[in-house]
Amino acid sequence: MLTTSDTTSSRSRSLTSKQLPKATPWVIAVASIVVAAGISFLGLGRFSIAVTAVLAGAINAIAVFAISAAYEGRRKAVDRVATTVVSSAFVLACVPLISLLWLTVSKGGAALDLNLLSRTMLGMKGVLDQQYVAGEAGLAGGFYHAIVGTVLITVAACVISIPIGVLAAIYLVEYAGKNKLGKAITFLVDVMTGIPSIVAGLFAFALFSTIANVLMPEAAGIAKTGFTAAVALSVLMIPIVVRNTEEILRLVPMDLREASYALGVPKWKTIVKIVLPTSVSGILSGVTIAIARVIGETAPIMVTAGFAKNLNWNLFSGWMSTLPTYIYDSQLRPVSPGDAAIASSERAWAAALVLVALVMILNLLARVIAKVLAPKAGR
Amino acid sequence: MPTSTQTTATGPAAGAPGPALGPAVQGTRPKAVIRPGDRIFSAATLIAGILILAILAGVALFLLAQSKDTIDAQISDPSAITGGNGFLAYVWPLVIGTLVSSAIALVVATPFALGIALFTTHMAPRRLAPALGYVIDLLAAIPSVVYGLWGIALAGNLTEFYLWLSKWFGWIPIFAPAADGSVSNTGRTLLTASLVLSIMILPIITSLTREIFLQTPRLQEEAALALGATRWEMIRMSVLPFGKSGIASATMLGLGRALGETMAVAMILSPGLLTASLVVSGNQTIASEIAQNFPEAAGLRLSELISIGLVLFVITLLVNMAARAIVAKTSVKGS
Repeated sequence: MLTTSDTTSSRSRSLTSKQLPKATPWVIAVASIVVAAGISFLGLGRFSIAVTAVLAGAINAIAVFAISAAYEGRRKAVDRVATTVVSSAFVLACVPLISLLWLTVSKGGAALDLNLLSRTMLGMKGVLDQQYVAGEAGLAGGFYHAIVGTVLITVAACVISIPIGVLAAIYLVEYAGKNKLGKAITFLVDVMTGIPSIVAGLFAFALFSTIANVLMPEAAGIAKTGFTAAVALSVLMIPIVVRNTEEILRLVPMDLREASYALGVPKWKTIVKIVLPTSVSGILSGVTIAIARVIGETAPIMVTAGFAKNLNWNLFSGWMSTLPTYIYDSQLRPVSPGDAAIASSERAWAAALVLVALVMILNLLARVIAKVLAPKAGR
Repeated sequence: MPTSTQTTATGPAAGAPGPALGPAVQGTRPKAVIRPGDRIFSAATLIAGILILAILAGVALFLLAQSKDTIDAQISDPSAITGGNGFLAYVWPLVIGTLVSSAIALVVATPFALGIALFTTHMAPRRLAPALGYVIDLLAAIPSVVYGLWGIALAGNLTEFYLWLSKWFGWIPIFAPAADGSVSNTGRTLLTASLVLSIMILPIITSLTREIFLQTPRLQEEAALALGATRWEMIRMSVLPFGKSGIASATMLGLGRALGETMAVAMILSPGLLTASLVVSGNQTIASEIAQNFPEAAGLRLSELISIGLVLFVITLLVNMAARAIVAKTSVKGS
């Protein structure tokens, strides 16, 4: 075997084996990029980032293997190639993220202004967009109604899902023990996390249109309201809240509960006064993550709340828009067809920037909450 | 898995107040007083738990109830259903499109996810690793509609690549160009949608496999290194075999996510009839079919869309249950 001959030969020389200088991989990487760029330039007659990247990756891997195999031996060479490939997988995965964020910030930032944030699409006409594209007027329309809709629907979804989620988690951790119901709930919560978001939307729609059919069969389409959307989001949010809360509650030390029981405190008071305050930071940060997850949902909103053009503060009647459905609607069904569709697209990107910023802030908030509110370590 | 072991650890203790008494005194122990507060609180938590069961049952039930018109039509007059050949003929191409796009997404995403998970757990500088993991989590945080917007904006750049693919690999049916030798000139094909999908499911597979790789017994890793293994040999000998089943279930969960993903496909794909080629426009997925047609649907069409939603629900349910079953099986063996 190669391996044995490898070790014997190195043992005969010294205890340490030969090693390439630390900077070698970087030198090889830079060299292969240069070579790849050259090949792409000669082969295609022009510079192409994609072709260069693919070629550079391949040349780099081969070069690293060849150089290392010649100097350090085959095993080290394989190790180096594996490291190179794995690292480039990471770098490659960052490319879409950077591209997406860059596009959102540059395209959205160019279009976003206070007018867009404070106006709705009520009375929006194709002519206005054509004037904008012709340079005769500013960008009309806006998504104030969508921001209001997003906030209202998300808050309603929180009101429904946080109590259910947290109480169910308490049941699982404090009461269920190992009984069958607890196991069934745990399993179904896992299953529920996998429900496609559009199916959750269809469920809420089916639920309310069945109810509406029974109560008032003559009023068609009454099932599409902000509240229906909130129910759809709750279906997606509850499992996340349960999972996160459950995880945190299990981390609360048993000693705390036992100390409380020993003092004669009833079980429910122990939970409310001891267990929950200890884990409040984790629960809140879990809830924030759940909000961040559902606030960007599009599919369940569009099948439950429709696409509204006007401001609607009433969750229980009429269509509503949220930022994600606004983005979808603007991009795929522009106000003005043809060249002026670009105006709708610009509004969509501006709304996307607001939405991405919102989600990032929520994610950051979750981290801050977890850090700031965390109970002081006992030891 | 840690959760299951913790259940056994805290389970019996949480069951009854005062488990510290031990078995010897259990027989003579005075009965605990049950206060009204306890009753109300435990009932509230129980109701919340049962509500979750009810919701899941409700999803299936109400979708079925709203599918009634489609089932009636299928029995009495199959030609009334879109396509004119009954429900099966309508849903079949959609199921294929869904499975194909998810499979492509999975094939592209899994190697990357494994690489990234290995990179952040075993190869990156230890101080940098959490920050790098956070970067990948950012990918998961971005709303799917923004991915769709991004995909539309960049899809055009892929036409050149598709032209090249169809020129050199056109003999493979999935890269075959249209009859006149052209490919989609907008780039909005199933392959583009699948590639965007793969980016979207990358973070979930990565974070699950990362957790599994972190659980590799430290001693096994160090033993391998101490025997003179290089880092890659250590990964191959101890990390990968340990995480094998975890990787399988992570990919299954990624598959479940890809199957149900709606917006990216609905926005990027310009839908059409089922075709084998992925570089011309055509094909459609269930979720995207619902999203694109639901706003204008009414009557039987509405019921049809809800019933294909039910089909999607059943498919994802099966995939997710399979994934959980793998996890359950291995967590016993692993502990």
